[in-house]
Amino acid sequence: MTWTALLALSAVSYALKASGPVLAGGRRLGPQVRQTLDLVAVPLLAALILVQTVGDGHRLVLDARGPALAVAAILVWRRAPFLVVVLAAAGTAALLRAVA
Amino acid sequence: MDAAIAKPPRSAVTGAVGIGVAVGVYGISFGVLAVASGLSPAQACVMSMLVFTGASQFAFVGVLAGGGGALAAMGPAVMLAVRNAAYGLSLTSILPARLRDRALAAHLVIDETTAMARAQADPGAARRAFLATGMSVWVFWNAGTLAGALLGGGIGDPKTLGLDAMFPAAFLALLAPQLRRPGAPVAAVTAVIIALALVPIAPAGVPIIAALAGVVPGVLTAKGVRG
Repeated sequence: MTWTALLALSAVSYALKASGPVLAGGRRLGPQVRQTLDLVAVPLLAALILVQTVGDGHRLVLDARGPALAVAAILVWRRAPFLVVVLAAAGTAALLRAVA
Repeated sequence: MDAAIAKPPRSAVTGAVGIGVAVGVYGISFGVLAVASGLSPAQACVMSMLVFTGASQFAFVGVLAGGGGALAAMGPAVMLAVRNAAYGLSLTSILPARLRDRALAAHLVIDETTAMARAQADPGAARRAFLATGMSVWVFWNAGTLAGALLGGGIGDPKTLGLDAMFPAAFLALLAPQLRRPGAPVAAVTAVIIALALVPIAPAGVPIIAALAGVVPGVLTAKGVRG
């Protein structure tokens, strides 16, 4: 049963990823469509950041992830390297949880 | 193509390896959780190779760990994977043209690769960033899963190490350069409001998909700016 579900999930997951690129094929997209598609990742990422920062199942919580994201935001603004941003966020959360 | 977007904050390869390492560490915790929820190490590894979309995988083993059946675990996992369809569509123009290459590359369409590709200034750099990130993340994610599945409960709670805070930080670093696109700030703010409103009531994954509606005010403001 678990193997069946697992392979079914693999198939669905791949079908979702491939639907756009394979169906659209090499077709040229109009500038209007392209501009809209260029923007698609922005709201998805913004929502992902929110859910991963304050989401806890169905609850909204403010925990160590909040200050960690604030530290990350300052570092992004100061144009720190990517790895520094990510590690500083983990370090901030770990530190806050250690003292809490 | 898009002069409004500044230079990427780092080279594609450094970025790809950086995010790969972060994903690898998280892959370890996925392997640990998967085995703890009752999957065999082989099942955990096959899942990471074939499903290859972290949020869905965590949701799947989360339901199993909570006592749900494999069928019940499918629902939230599929909902969380729906956003990859939107990512795939947005990446269509930068993916390889040949159908076979395109079909292979499509497997790499996930949060990290989309964000990394979208943060680049031109289509060539975007394609390189997409492929480099995709391969790096795939290798690290699977290596991490294997290590975690074999380690089992030997590793502590990933939260103690702050690993759960790595992802919002990584996505913020990748979102930031994109906010210079016309309409992007409006799209992002709308998305955050939608997600905030839906987290308490909607099933996992739905708030993120619904936030896609933020594209509409985004496109409208971009039009308004141009007159």
